[in-house]
Amino acid sequence: MDKLQYNLIIIGGGPAGLSAASAAYDAGERSILVLERDTRLGGILNQCIHNGFGLHTFQEELTGPEYAQRYIDFLMERGIAYKSDTMVVSVSAGEDGMKEVAAVNEADGLLLLQCKALILAMGCRERSRGALNIPGFRPAGIFSAGTAQRLVNIEGYLPGRKVVILGSGDIGLIMARRMTLEGAKVLVCAELMPYSGGLKRNIVQCLDDFDIPLKLSHTVVRIEGKERVEGVVIAEVGPDRKPIPGTEEHYECDTLLLSVGLIPENELSIGLGVKMSTVTNGPIVNESLETSVPGVFAAGNVLHVHDLVDYVSEEANLAGRSAAAYISSFEKESSSGQTDRIPIAVSGGIRYTVPACVDPGKIADWLKIRFRVGEILRNRKVVLYLDGEKAMSKRRHVMAPGEMEEILLTKKELNRHPDLKSIEIKVEEG
Amino acid sequence: MEHKELTCIGCPLGCRLDVMLDEKGAVTMVTGNTCPRGEKYARKEVTAPTRIVTSSVRVYGSRTVERMVPLKTASDVPKSKVMDVIRDLAGVSVPCPVQIGDVLLRNVAGTGVDVIATKHVE
Repeated sequence: MDKLQYNLIIIGGGPAGLSAASAAYDAGERSILVLERDTRLGGILNQCIHNGFGLHTFQEELTGPEYAQRYIDFLMERGIAYKSDTMVVSVSAGEDGMKEVAAVNEADGLLLLQCKALILAMGCRERSRGALNIPGFRPAGIFSAGTAQRLVNIEGYLPGRKVVILGSGDIGLIMARRMTLEGAKVLVCAELMPYSGGLKRNIVQCLDDFDIPLKLSHTVVRIEGKERVEGVVIAEVGPDRKPIPGTEEHYECDTLLLSVGLIPENELSIGLGVKMSTVTNGPIVNESLETSVPGVFAAGNVLHVHDLVDYVSEEANLAGRSAAAYISSFEKESSSGQTDRIPIAVSGGIRYTVPACVDPGKIADWLKIRFRVGEILRNRKVVLYLDGEKAMSKRRHVMAPGEMEEILLTKKELNRHPDLKSIEIKVEEG
Repeated sequence: MEHKELTCIGCPLGCRLDVMLDEKGAVTMVTGNTCPRGEKYARKEVTAPTRIVTSSVRVYGSRTVERMVPLKTASDVPKSKVMDVIRDLAGVSVPCPVQIGDVLLRNVAGTGVDVIATKHVE
């Protein structure tokens, strides 16, 4: 069976894949194929019909489908090839540096493809009930918030009338408003943590606007009903996140929505042998967003879960440009891999950074280092040290786990440290 | 004298804003904010809050798998009119093809604002 050859294959036609494809094209690459498992391009944006997308990228407030269409238009204008309804089943890397992609669809059957560079842009999926330890039967009426969002916005079904939401992630908050507008009664939103994982704007406009109570440090301890959800019991949790006996409250409802976290979808990456981060559940990448396998790049929610699509597009842009650069040097030199790169050390409450390591020689003008903190931190400074010397500092009134942070590493600062040995980002009092 | 509490949406800090209003509903004082954005937000939110409304309605005659088309109000509408907008959209279905920006409903709920499509459906 002959293998179809492309210079660049991108797995996923959501915001990350679309942006990466256009960026690689604009960097001069012409042999590109995007593989998308859904019928439509655009990924999760298709069901995110609310507004608030694109403020950074387009300086205007778009809905999800409008934002997606901008990038689909970029793809069409450039004549970049894509296959939808196509599921990638495995990826591997050969000794000659070529990557092999096996995919299936109805028209082609099994497709065997070969490429020099690969961009992983598979996005993420929702944590499901199985990942939580809630006792009870398995009645109908328990949905992840994203599934409910798809049912309402794309399929045109209302999944329930009386709703309790567990978890205050952004999709859960958005669905509290959406279900209310469609005539459902949302009784309460319960959040295990003492703070919400969602954006402040969503708490105000999706819960407060409709007088939906947000109960922090609360969780669902029981789901009632055998065929269909008939009620749930919510209890307060202590600092150990265990339910406090005697605080149980009963809610009569027919639906429970779960908005309890997103998991990067990395089965293909793991099959390929890419080194993974135990913090982000995404690949460990360098300044070019290249994984531990040379020529394999990652961007978007498959790399780490984002709050804003604008940041996904920007990140994927870098992955696209990096892949194009890798391809143009493919025959000339073997990639340096990640051996001589400087790891980014963190302290003061930072959980991770993307990228995780840096080759200063590969940074054109600046590198945006993105990170998250593990708890709410007030009145702090984020300080970037190069060889122990302060290179960049920014004051932050408040940082929250739900909001991604960033700091710039500039070429100008790097030039002052020609033999750079260490990079450290610290969160300090101040 | 009236008193209202708000959460600022300007940044993750989420300041609790206390807004004092006089008998005519005019803002006399904003406290609790840590920056000027908080005061600006509070004045707007208390005197004339507005929202963009988004929803989706059925389409018919599509050549694709689409059953629904998403939509939005072309500009902000008063917050008090949000449910009226939604009621006006009940039972609306539109013929394909639909292009982004096509007007699906004029002057929704008497707001003077049109409802427009936010997706192409062929």
